[in-house]
Formats: sequence, structure tokens, C-alpha cells
Amino acid sequence: MSEPGALVLVVEDEPQMRKFIRASLTSHGYRIVEAERAGEVVALTTSHNPDLILLDLGLPDGDGLEITRQVREWSRIPILVISARGREDDKVAALDAGADDYLTKPFGVNELLARMRVALRHAQQTQQGGVGGAGGATTAVIEIGKLRVDLARREVRVGGEEVHLTPIEYKLLTLMAQHAGKVLTHRQILQEVWGPGYAAQTHYVRVHMAELRKKIEADPARPRLLVTEPGVGYRLRDRGPGE
Amino acid sequence: MSERNERGERPDPDALLRRVQEEEARAHQGKLKVFFGFAPGVGKTYRMLQVARDLVIDQRVEVVVGLVETHRRPETAAMVLGLELLPRRQVTYRGRVLEELDLDAALSRRPKVLLVDELAHTNAPGSRHAKRWQDVLELLDAGIDVLTTVNVQHVESLNDVVAQITGVRVRETIPDKILDRADGIEVVDIAPEELLQRLAEGKVYLPDQAQRAADHFFQRGNLLALRELALRRTAQHVDEDVQAYRERHGVSVTWPAGERLLVCVGPAPSSGRLIRAAARMAAGLRCPWVAAYVEAAPLGRQGDEDRARLEAHLRLAESLGGAVTRLSAGRVSESLLGYARRNNVTRLIIGKPTHSRVRDRLRGSLLDEVVRGSGDIDVHVISGDAGGAREGGKPRGAGAPIAFAPYGWALAAVAVATAVATAIRSVLAVPELDGLYLVAVIVVAMRLGRGPSILTAALGVAAYDFFFVAPRFTFAVADGRYFLTFAMMFGVGFVVSELTTRLRRQEQDALAREERTAALYALSRDLGRVEVPSDVAAAVVRHAAEVFEAAVFVLRADDAGALQQLGAAPRGAILEAKEMGVARWCHDHGRMAGLGTDTLPGSRAMCMPLGIGASRLGVLALAPKAKAPLRVEQRALLEVFCRQAAFAFERARLAEEARASALRAKTEEMRSSLLSAVSHDLRTPLAGITGAATALRDDGNLGEGTRRELLESVCDEAERLERLLANLLDMTRLEAGGLSLKRDWVPLEEVIGSALTRLEARLGERQVEISIPAELPLMWVDPVLFGQIFVNLFENAAKYTPPESPIVVKVREEGGVVSVEVMDRGPGLPRGAEQRVFEKFFRGAHVGVSGVGLGLPICRGIAEAHGGTMQAEQREGGGAMFRVTVPLGGEAPQMPPEPPEPPEARKSEGGA
Repeated sequence: MSEPGALVLVVEDEPQMRKFIRASLTSHGYRIVEAERAGEVVALTTSHNPDLILLDLGLPDGDGLEITRQVREWSRIPILVISARGREDDKVAALDAGADDYLTKPFGVNELLARMRVALRHAQQTQQGGVGGAGGATTAVIEIGKLRVDLARREVRVGGEEVHLTPIEYKLLTLMAQHAGKVLTHRQILQEVWGPGYAAQTHYVRVHMAELRKKIEADPARPRLLVTEPGVGYRLRDRGPGE
Repeated sequence: MSERNERGERPDPDALLRRVQEEEARAHQGKLKVFFGFAPGVGKTYRMLQVARDLVIDQRVEVVVGLVETHRRPETAAMVLGLELLPRRQVTYRGRVLEELDLDAALSRRPKVLLVDELAHTNAPGSRHAKRWQDVLELLDAGIDVLTTVNVQHVESLNDVVAQITGVRVRETIPDKILDRADGIEVVDIAPEELLQRLAEGKVYLPDQAQRAADHFFQRGNLLALRELALRRTAQHVDEDVQAYRERHGVSVTWPAGERLLVCVGPAPSSGRLIRAAARMAAGLRCPWVAAYVEAAPLGRQGDEDRARLEAHLRLAESLGGAVTRLSAGRVSESLLGYARRNNVTRLIIGKPTHSRVRDRLRGSLLDEVVRGSGDIDVHVISGDAGGAREGGKPRGAGAPIAFAPYGWALAAVAVATAVATAIRSVLAVPELDGLYLVAVIVVAMRLGRGPSILTAALGVAAYDFFFVAPRFTFAVADGRYFLTFAMMFGVGFVVSELTTRLRRQEQDALAREERTAALYALSRDLGRVEVPSDVAAAVVRHAAEVFEAAVFVLRADDAGALQQLGAAPRGAILEAKEMGVARWCHDHGRMAGLGTDTLPGSRAMCMPLGIGASRLGVLALAPKAKAPLRVEQRALLEVFCRQAAFAFERARLAEEARASALRAKTEEMRSSLLSAVSHDLRTPLAGITGAATALRDDGNLGEGTRRELLESVCDEAERLERLLANLLDMTRLEAGGLSLKRDWVPLEEVIGSALTRLEARLGERQVEISIPAELPLMWVDPVLFGQIFVNLFENAAKYTPPESPIVVKVREEGGVVSVEVMDRGPGLPRGAEQRVFEKFFRGAHVGVSGVGLGLPICRGIAEAHGGTMQAEQREGGGAMFRVTVPLGGEAPQMPPEPPEPPEARKSEGGA
């Protein structure tokens, strides 16, 4: 389920990488605009109004983080950042600055397309939802594999079985579900669930996530739904295991 | 014979080395030229200005007048004209405005040559240094040449000679060392007659209040004597120059035999003269000298005034270049001679006794004992009280309070003795009861000291006489032999009290010494245990604060030379900005400063540099709680403290360096083994990729199945390459020690869970049994790195064990240490390789499995970075077992209680 015709701004200085991305995306029906330098991003974004930006954080001429901030000042275009393993801090900083998700080099084409799909879908939902809330998703029922979250009735079921959650666990789960498929950083989760002023208390998130997993995962020790992105945050997969 | 020849012909290598070092140090310093006169009015200032003008006009040297007193003499004022004048610093003191040399302005102006008049001047209170000569030393240190003036009566070692000649004692003095340091001394000399003439003409400036003294001072006889002194002092300086020249050039000279002077000093005012005499004699002999004080009585019992005078004397000795030592022992003569022998003293200087001969008869004469016991040591007797010879240490300094209670007890003892005697007499007709009084005297003497014992003896004699000696109830004595009894009572009381006093004194001495030794021992023991600079600082401040009863700070110079507070006692104390300035000065100049010193004495803290040789490591600042300067012996102890601290810092630095170089060596070693291992392991997947890709590109006849296979192998090999690089990267970071842990409070299940998620694809449906105790607290670890341990372990299990065999993870916590065991049912570890699996690039003999042998070393590296360990064992029943143990890392933070559920949250329950 690609988004045919969607315009992607690819910001990448490595010609081989650009070649690979260009080949994969065009064959899936995307249109692309290419840029090699960070300096071009803002201009190209205003002139082409792309649907998504694919941004390498390791550009020679600029700070991807700064660009993310600049773009976020006036646009909600989804931004996917690309960075090497071991640069988790860069990713977290970019995500906190407003990037939607990240990819770790090297990545396969399926991974790239999946992340893009999620980001585009969320952007669409946000637009439709209108009232620019953080999540913005207005869907009343979210279903992922055996997990079913009914927002209107505040009801959570796993495989048809009702699960009782504490208020914080419920808030956590709905937050993750509204951003299903997307990574959320510790800071973002703390901000949304506990409110500002709790940004340093990452262990709150970890402890409640562990509790939540016990209630919604088939094997909590081997999570397949609510997964940890080491050094970055958490992601609720948007497809259940085996899907 | 040959030895003497050598000694005569070749300069002492140590002396040469010292000279070379001195010259090196001097090369960066300014030159000092002193215009030396024998009295005010000889024209020193005028001559100095003349020289300055010549420098400016003839040699175009940059000369600035720092401070010159013209005293409104027109010809002098005319000489100043045209020279650059440094603005003076105005100081208001007790309502008067005083003008001083602006040291900071001079330092920042930094001329080639600076003129500073009146070297012996005392600065206004609140100045950086107490004395102008210290300002000059700082200017010289900064590389500025200084021209200055001074009169002979201001030279410290000549001070009392001048006083003897003229009857006027000059209070402002300069230490001899500054004259010795002068690169040039120019005597400004005129005939005394001419000077008197100028005086009569009113050309000599004299302050009003000095007029009367001046009348006495300016007499022809005086002036002649002073002139001789000045010329002699200059000659001595010249002689030293000649000596230095000869030493430098190896000219054969008669080397001064290894003379060494010891001067015996005490609190008596005349000791000052002894010290100056010793300094002069030592200068003449060019030999080292020591001022010794024998602690006859513990200092605590001395009058404050005595103590202050003694301190002043010892400081004087230090300022004149002598060493200071304190001896303590029962007999002054023994300890003096003992010290003299141990230290190869050749001459002993002692004061002439001023007390009566009777005292010597009674107590023995120190002088006599010293002379008799001196053997081959020459003894010089110089007029003045034999300072240290105050054997018995009569604490009669003004203000020494007399305790009356012991005398009361003496009275009581006599009363008791009388009562007992009366009681006995009423029962038994014992004729001789003087023994009872004797007992009283002995008891009092032992307990309360000499005074009360004498009183007891006197009262005892009186009471005995009055009550028991016929005729009774009168003080008359019928029988002559009672006089003998009385005498005995006095004698016994005296001897016993003397003995006890001496014993007690020795005991107190021993105690004080033991305390000092114990303090040093405790410090060195603690310092021996620590290796990190901050721990060194902590140990030093703790001990120093205890011993000196003060707030103590250790400041360490960082690489840029800035002082950083490294430790403080009491904990958390901060050195104030003003004291920090003192510390800064102390560090920059490598000299003591602050409270109790001559530099910035207004400070609350005393600063002592920490350094070994030329290296300056930092400063120890000490602010005594009593706000009083340290006593000389405390200062000596502090110096030892500082030396110990400096050595400890140096050792810590060396240890750090050794660690760093060991790390470098290790890294180097790794790099080489890496190259050989990696060249193979990198090439294998690359060869696979290249082969498959070229086949796909060039061979058009491949079937669909083959094409798929080749593509799969490209992907697999690429993935393998990626893992290899990731491992190499991790390993390099671990090895370089550049790995900083980003610790957080993490539940262990999340760490293990995320590792399993990462390996989802590789593990497939393999069974993983995990048991984690439910009550396991959060762990203080770096989640990403710690998780890497499990990623590597699970990856190994996936690689080396059959897919159907389960992986078991068992977690236990005991005493704050968590152990995680990861077990498999694979082929197990290569026999005997339980340790070697953690070596880099070690690989078991696995067929068809790739790897570099970095996974397990990385695991161990990460575990160790967390303060833990990593082991491998054969698992019982087959397979391998890896155990990670790490400390929990402290008390996990509390979770806030979850607020009670709002009512609408229960809806989900209702909906069930």
C-alpha cells in the first residue's frame, strides 16, 4: 500500500545511497527530489512542498538537528532521519526536535518503505483530524494484532479478553497506540503522560512499560508488540506478530 | 692526601649544579642594583637618578621611576625631570594619606628598568607585602631590572652593631639575602666631614621627629664607623662574587672546610643578638648555620610574651638564612651537643650567662656543661643570656598566671599532717613525727610541683616546730639537731619536685612528639592507600584540619595553570575570593603567603605551595580556627605535610601516566592483532559479495533459483560485515577507555527483552526460558551497552547451538549484586578455554561458522565497565554457561504512588 505520487525530498550526500533510495522509491511509485547539502533543504521544502523528508543526519555541511528545527517552525511535513548505529543521542535529539522517526544505517528497502508509510499515514491523519493535537488520531478503535483499544469506551482487550489497566498504563497505551508504528522518545512519553517537569525521570516510563507488557504481551519477557528501541525510546508495532 | 687534593682542585659537583640551576633561574629574572650608603644624605638617590638618566640618554633603555623621594631637594627633583613617573598608589591609613609604590601598575607597565627608592621601607598596612623589599623581589621575578637605595643601618645582620655604635636602633631592616642577591652594589660614599657640612647646610632630609635622634646619630665618630661597616659589607659582597667566579671557573681555591654553625637561642631578648652574630659568622665562613631552641618547658606553660619573642627569634633566624630546629630533652646541654654531633656542627655559639654564680652551683651551669662536653666542637661565648639555657624553664614571663589552687592543697596537706601527728601523739608517745611532714612534702612535690612543695616544706617545718618541738606552741627551737630535720625537709621537697617536674616535662614532650609523629604516620598511611588526586586531597585536608585545628583547602593547578579547589575540610567549604588571591600569589611565586607571613598577612588563611623541586602542583591553604598564625613548630609540621601531599600528588600523576601508557601499549597490541585477524574476516564476506554480484551482472544464463540464492548470499554477507564492523567499533571504544556509560535506572527484563527483540529474526521460534525474580530492583546500568552483552550472548547461542535447543536465562540477586546466567545446550566451550574465550580474536574450532572472536571480549569489557565480572563455564549436562555479575548500583529511586483511579476509568471494568 504505497502512496503513489507522494513527493519525497531525499537529503543524502552519498551518491550510492541516493542511487539505492531513488531506485527503491521510484519503483514503488514515489516521486523524489534530491539534495546533497543541508543548506538546500529549507529552500527545496518551500519550493516543492514535499510530502516527506528523508534526512541524513551525517551531512558534511550541516547539522540535521538544526534543519529539523527550522522546518518544524513552519511545517508539519513528516521527517525521517537516517543515522549510523552508536549515534543514539543524535537520533533522540532529532526526534525531540520534531523528527517523526529514524532509520539506522544500513537498512533494507522494506524497512525504509514501512517507516515511510507509517509517517505518511500519521501525517494524513493529523491533517484530517485538523485540531493539531500531538496525536491527532481520532480513530475510536485501534486494532493491532490481538490488541484492541477502544478509545471511546476506555476499553482494552487482548484476544477478546478484557484487560484492566491503571490510569497511567492506559494513558501510556493510548499514547503508543495513537502513534502506532512510530518511535516515541522517553522525553516525549514523559511529557505526554506525566506532563512537563518529568523529563529526567526515564525510569517512570521503563517501570510502567514493563507493567504494561505484562498485561498485553503474550510473552512479556520477549516483547513483540511494545518493543524497546535501545537508547531511543519505545515503539508500538503497527502490525501484530505474524501479520 | 689525595682526597684533600681533589677537594682543593675540583669544585664540589653539587655546588656547581646548584649554581647552574640558580643561574638558569636568574636568567629569567631581573637584575638588582643597590646604591649603598652609610648614612642618610650621602646622595644615594641622586646617584641612582644619575645612573638612570645615563641609561635613558646613552643606551636608550626604557626606565620608569616607580618611586623616588626627592624630599623637595631641588637638585634631586631636577634629576627626576624627563623620566617617566609611575603614578603612586594612595593608601588612607588612620586618616592620613600615604603614598606607596604601585606594584601592580609596575608589573603591568613592565619597563626594562624600574627605580624604587628606600628598599627598607615598610609598606602601609593592607598592602600586598609588608615590606618594600618584597615588592622588589616580585618585580625581579617578573623580569624587571630594579635600581634601589639602602643605608647600612638597615641591613639585618648589622642592625645591632649599628645600634651599638650609634645608640639608635633602626626598625626597618632588609634581610641580608637580598643584598647577597644583588647583581651590583654601588657604594655611594662621601667623606663624613662633607656629610656633616651638608647637614649643617640643611641639605639632608630628616623627618621632624627624628631630629633628636639625628643629633646623636650624625657625629663624626659614628659616621666613620658606619662608613667602615658599609665598605666592609660591600667588600664581603665583592668577595662572594670572586668566590662565585672561581667556583664557576674551577679555579683552585681553598674550599671552606665543612663548617657548620649552631646557635643556641631562647626567648630572652638578647637571643636576637646571638642570632645576628651567628649569621655574620656564618656569612664570613660561608657555611650553613642552625638556630636551635631547646624546649626545656613545654610551650603551653610559657608566658605568651616569651613565646612571641621566641617565635620572633626563630623567624629572624629563618630570615637571615639559618635553619631552625627545636630540640626537646631533659638536659639542655646533652640535647644540644647530641644534635651538634649528629649534624657535624663544628662551632657552637652560646650566650654568656648573666645570672649569678650561685644559680650555677645549685643547678649546674649550661655553659660549663657544654664546654666540658663539647669535645672537638668549638664553643663561642657571646655576651647575652644563654637563651636556650633556661633549664628548668622558669615560666615567669609576664602574664604567666600563677595557679593558687595547688598552694591551697599544700596548706591542706600540712594541716592533715599536723592533724594526723596530733592524733598519733595523743595515743602513742612517739617522739619523732617529722617523717609525716616529709611524706606530705613528697606527696605535694610529686603531685603539684616545686612551688607548692617548698611551701609545704616551709609550713611543715613551721607547724612541726610550733606544735611538736619543745618548747611547744612557740617557734623557738631548743634542740639544734632539729635544724638538720628542717634542712632535710626542704632538701627532699626540692629534689623530689625537681625530679617530678623534669619527668613530667619529658612525658609531655614525648606526648607532643608522639602526636606529631602519629599525625604524620596517619597521613602517610592514608596517602599510601590512595591513587586518585581527589582522594589524595581529601586525605590531606582531613588530617591537616585535625592536626592544625583549621579549615583546610587543597587547590590544584590544572593544565592551564589555573587553581582548582580539589578538596576542603570541613566538607563543602569554599575558599573565599580574597584568600584565593593569596593562594594564586603563593602558587605563582612558589612561596608561602598569607596569615603569619610577610606577604598579604591580612589574609585569614595561610598558603603553602605544594611542589617538588621546580614543579608546582598547587597550594594548600589553611585558615586556623583560632585566627592566629601558626607557631614555628606547627609550620615545620605543615611543611612536612605539604611535602607528603606533593609527593602523593606526584605519585598519583605518575600512576595516571603509567595507566595511560599501559593503555596505549595495549591499544597498540590490539591494533596489530586486529589487522591480521580483520584482514581475513573482512575479506571473506567481501569476496562472497563480489562473487555473487559479478555473477548476477555478467552471467545471463542463471536460472531464477540461482539468482535468488546469490542475492540472498549478498544480503547475508553484507549483514555479516555490518556485525563485524559493529563489533570492531564497540571493541575499539571499550579499549580506548573512551566509553562513557549513560547509566539509568532500568528494569533488567527490559534489557533482556530488547536484546531478544533485536535478534527476533535470528532466533526465530527458538525456545528462550527466562526467570527473573519478581522483586528484582531497578539496575543502574547503561541500557544500550548492558543490553549489548545479551545481544552478543544470544547471537552466539543462535550461531553455535542447534535451533531446537533452548536458551535458559536465570537471574539472581544477592547482597546488591545481580548475576545473570545465560545457558545453552550446544557443543559447549572448547575444553580448557573457559578463560581464553574472553581474549580478543580467540575462536573455537567451529566449522562453517563465521566470527572474529570479539563478541565475548566486548561482553566482558562492558561488564567490567559496570564494575562487574564475566565468566564462562561448561554447563552441567552439556552446553555452555555464561555468567554476568554486576552490582545493582545503589538504592533505586522511589516510584511515585499512582494516583487513585478517577471514576470514569472504571468504565472498562463495568463493560466486562
